[in-house]
Amino acid sequence: MPAGTRPKLAVFKFASCDGCQLALLSLEDELLALVDEVMIAYFLEARSRTLPGPFDVTLVEGSITTTEDLERLRVVRKESKYLVTIGACATAGGIQALRNWQDVGEFARAVYPSPEYIKALGTSTPISAHVAVDFELSGCPVNKYQLLEVLTALLQGRTPHLPTHSVCVDCKRRGTVCVTVAQGLPCLGPLTQTGCGALCPAYNRGCYGCFGPMESPNPDPLVAHLLKNGAKQPELVRLLRGFTGYAETFRSASEKLEKPAH
Amino acid sequence: MAENLSNPGKTIKVDFLTRVEGEGGLYIRTENGAVRDVKLNIFEPPRFFEAFLRGRHFQEVPDITARICGICPVAYQMSSIHALEAALGVTPGPEIRMLRRLLYCAEWIESHALHIYLLHAPDFLGYESVIAMAAEHPREVERGLRLKKIGNQLLDFLGGRATHPVSACVGGFYKVPRRKDLARFRDDLEWGLGAAKETVAFVAALPFPDFTADYEFVSVSHPDEYPMNERRIVSSAGIDIEPAEYERVFLEEHVAHSTALHSVRADKGSSYLVGPLARVNLNLSKLMPQAQAAARACGIAWPCRNPFMGIVARAVELTHAYEEALAIIETYQEPATSRLELKVRAGEGCAATEAPRGVLYHRYRINDQGLVESAKIVPPTSQNYRRMEDDLRGLLPGVLDRPEAEITQLCENLIRSYDPCISCSTHFLKLRIDRG
Repeated sequence: MPAGTRPKLAVFKFASCDGCQLALLSLEDELLALVDEVMIAYFLEARSRTLPGPFDVTLVEGSITTTEDLERLRVVRKESKYLVTIGACATAGGIQALRNWQDVGEFARAVYPSPEYIKALGTSTPISAHVAVDFELSGCPVNKYQLLEVLTALLQGRTPHLPTHSVCVDCKRRGTVCVTVAQGLPCLGPLTQTGCGALCPAYNRGCYGCFGPMESPNPDPLVAHLLKNGAKQPELVRLLRGFTGYAETFRSASEKLEKPAH
Repeated sequence: MAENLSNPGKTIKVDFLTRVEGEGGLYIRTENGAVRDVKLNIFEPPRFFEAFLRGRHFQEVPDITARICGICPVAYQMSSIHALEAALGVTPGPEIRMLRRLLYCAEWIESHALHIYLLHAPDFLGYESVIAMAAEHPREVERGLRLKKIGNQLLDFLGGRATHPVSACVGGFYKVPRRKDLARFRDDLEWGLGAAKETVAFVAALPFPDFTADYEFVSVSHPDEYPMNERRIVSSAGIDIEPAEYERVFLEEHVAHSTALHSVRADKGSSYLVGPLARVNLNLSKLMPQAQAAARACGIAWPCRNPFMGIVARAVELTHAYEEALAIIETYQEPATSRLELKVRAGEGCAATEAPRGVLYHRYRINDQGLVESAKIVPPTSQNYRRMEDDLRGLLPGVLDRPEAEITQLCENLIRSYDPCISCSTHFLKLRIDRG
C-alpha cells in the first residue's frame, strides 16, 4: 500500500452476541494507539461514519444462519485482503449450532408465535464453511490480547504467535490441581486449545471448551476415562456440545457417544 | 398548507444503526407534514436460545444464557440463577447475595461507562465516534476509558474474565474471592467514584433536545436497596407485583404491521420504559448517598421525562455502582461455603433482575433429573422496543422542517439513549419493510 496510508480495518457481524468485537473496545489502554496505526473503516458498534472497501484487514464475528447473511459474507470476502474470524461463532458455529442436531422448524415453533415469519437456515455454520479464511482466532469470547497480537502481526507482515497447546498444559503451568483426577469432574482441558489461561479449573470446575479443539486432539481416551470415572453418556454429549460443539473433534466425539454400543 | 400538498412527503431510511450493540435499521415515512410510519428494523438473525436450552442441565444454563449478550453476560447469569434457585426452592446466604451485587456493580460500571463515553456522548458533542471525540476531548475520553477498565478488571477478578465470566452458578459461586484480594480494588474504586461524579456533571451539561413524553416507568424494586437482583416489579402507574405475575401483567405482542415482538401492558396494550431513567425515577431515595447527592445537584428535576437525559441517569447509576462496590469490599466476609448443596427436584421458577439496560425476566421449568423442560427470556430491549417507536412518533412532528441529516442524527441519538442491545435476539424477528 502507498507509504503514509494507514491500513483499513473493518469489523462485520453475523449471528453472535457482540462479545468478541467488544474485545476491541475493551483494549482500553491500547485503543487510541491502535487507531493511530489502522484506519477503522467499518465498525458499526464504534463509529457512525463508514468507508467503502476494499479493506486490508477484516474481522468477522458470528456464524452463518440465514441466506441473506451468506450473501453478505460473500461480498465481505471480495472486499477483504485478509479475513480473520474472531470467536467461537465465526470459527466453529457457536452455541446456536445446537440446531444442527435438531429441527429448526420445531425450534421456531417453540420460540415464536408466528413461526412462518422466521427465515433461518437449518444450520449454524462457521465462516470457513463458505469462504476462504486467512486466520481463525478462537474463543468464547476471544482473548483481547490474542486479538491484539493478530492485528499487530498482520500490520508487521508476520505470522501471529499464538500458543497451540492444550488447556491441560496451562493448568500444570499455573499449578492448578487437576479437577478430573482430584475431584472426578468431567473436563475438556486435555482436548481444548489454550487461550483462556486455564480459567475454569482454577475456579473449581471442568473446562467446557470455549476455545475449541487444539491441534491433533485425541478424544477417545478422555471420553473412555470420564465414562469409567462415572460420567453418564448424555452428560458428556452435552459437555462436548457447548460453544464450540460443532467443531469437528467435538462433533464427531459427541456423535460417537450417541451411537449404540457394539 | 398549500405547500404541503405539493410536497407530499419524504422517507428517511437509516439502513444500519451505528453505535448500538447488534444490528438494526430505522424507517420513517411522512406525508403532508404528518408522520405516517415509524419502524425500527432489527435484523439480528434468531439464535433460538429458548429452544436449545431444553434438555440442558440447570447448572449449564447460566453459562449458556451469558452468550445471549456479550455486553451484559452477568445480567443473563443473574436472572437465570435466581429463576433456577426459585425452581429448586433454595436461597443462598447474605455473603453470596452481596457478592452477586458486587459482580452486578462491576457489569453496570463496565456497560454504563462504555455507553456513556464510547457510544452516546459523541452524539451530543457532534462527533461521529469516540475516536473523533478523543482529539478534542482527550481528558473526558481518558476518564471514560479508565472508568470502563476498572469495571472490567473487577469483573475479571470476580469471574475470571470480563466477558462471559465463569464464577457464578446456581447455588452460589464456584469460587469466592479472598477478602484481602478484594481490598486491593479500594484505590481504583475511590478514584472511580470521584470520576463518576465528574461524569454526572459532564453529561448533565450536554445540550439536550427539548422533548418529553408521558412514560410508564417500570423497574425491579426492593424495600431497602437500589434494585438489582430482587425482588418485586413496580411501575409509576401503580403496578406492584411478584416476578411470578410478570407474564400476566406484561405481554409480548406479535404486531402484524412489523412482525416483531413488542412487550406491552397486557391490559391496555400500552408501551412502558425500562432502564436507567426508569430506575432512577422510581428509586431515587434508594441510591447510595453520594450518587443521590450527585443526582439532586446536577440540575435535572426527577422524575425526568426527557429520554435524551437517560445518559444522566446512567451516570448517576455509574456513581452508585462505584459507591456500592466500595461499600461491599469494606464489609465483605468470605462465606463458609461458596455454594449450596442442591437437591434436584422438578419445579418452575422465575426472576427479574436489572440488566444495565433494564428489567430482564427469565422463567424455567425443570424436571426431576434437573433438565430444562421450558425456558422463557424477555430482554430489556424487547420491552423498550414499542416505547422507542412511540418516542419517535412524538419527536418527529416537531422537527420535520429541519434538514434531513439533522433529523436522522436526532433519531439515532434518541435510539442510542435507550442503549438498545439488539444482540439479545432471543426473540426478535426479521422485519418486512414496505419501502413503497
